[in-house]
Amino acid sequence: MSVALTIPMEHGLLLAAILFSIGLLGVMVRRNIIFILMSLEIMLNACAMVFIIAGAHWGQADGQIMFMLILSVAAAEVAVGLGLLLQVFRRFDSLDIDKANRMRG
Amino acid sequence: MIQLGLFYMAATITVVASLLAVTRYNASHALIYLIVSLLGSAIIFYVLGAPFAAVLEVLIYAGAIMVLFVFVIMMLNLGAAGVDNEHQWLQPRMWIIPSLLCLLLLAEILFLLNTSSHALSGTVVGPKVVGIELFGPYVLAVEIASMLLLAGLVGAYHLGRRYLLDMRGESL
Repeated sequence: MSVALTIPMEHGLLLAAILFSIGLLGVMVRRNIIFILMSLEIMLNACAMVFIIAGAHWGQADGQIMFMLILSVAAAEVAVGLGLLLQVFRRFDSLDIDKANRMRG
Repeated sequence: MIQLGLFYMAATITVVASLLAVTRYNASHALIYLIVSLLGSAIIFYVLGAPFAAVLEVLIYAGAIMVLFVFVIMMLNLGAAGVDNEHQWLQPRMWIIPSLLCLLLLAEILFLLNTSSHALSGTVVGPKVVGIELFGPYVLAVEIASMLLLAGLVGAYHLGRRYLLDMRGESL
């Protein structure tokens, strides 16, 4: 089934790993909730890219189906995350996540 | 060998745009770079032989999800300070790098559309195969995803309401 893939799979996986690391770096370094959510998007995109690369490697459609499931997860995550962000902004008048580091606000 | 060059070029653009998105101080600038990064990944998906995933990436990721971010950034920047910020943000030099990256991506997609499908690597898995698989063996996953989206909808509706703020005094 699989025609010889001219793009080496290792390079695609390396690209996904680099993107995931960038997103993880952003989640750990940034203290603004908007940037943390954007970095989470980059990480989810890197995960989806791994599925696409694997699906392309074996010439199957399953990778793209997993990509769609990750897409719906990302959409739900962003909707809830941005709702939480609005609540944090109303409560603390700031987007700094360190101001919300106590469980009882 | 053409697709190799296209792949590495799109990969470079994606990585550079992601790095710039993570390191910006301004949320709007970061959002623009994030959109460029997602468009770059869409090109990568197309080159890898997944055109349906590439279309979904542009439509849903770079379209719908990023519009959510835009809405929230617009909601959080009200008043005169927001207007000053707009003047500060819309400087022409700020658009140079995203425009350049987008133009490179546009050149890539035009080149891909002008060449035959031999430029793609491996086997192309089209939308038809994906749809048959999706509503055949994977129909349970579709149901689970729909429930997840419903839960996200209810959660976002609940969290977006203002009455949570009114209760902060007594029941927090």
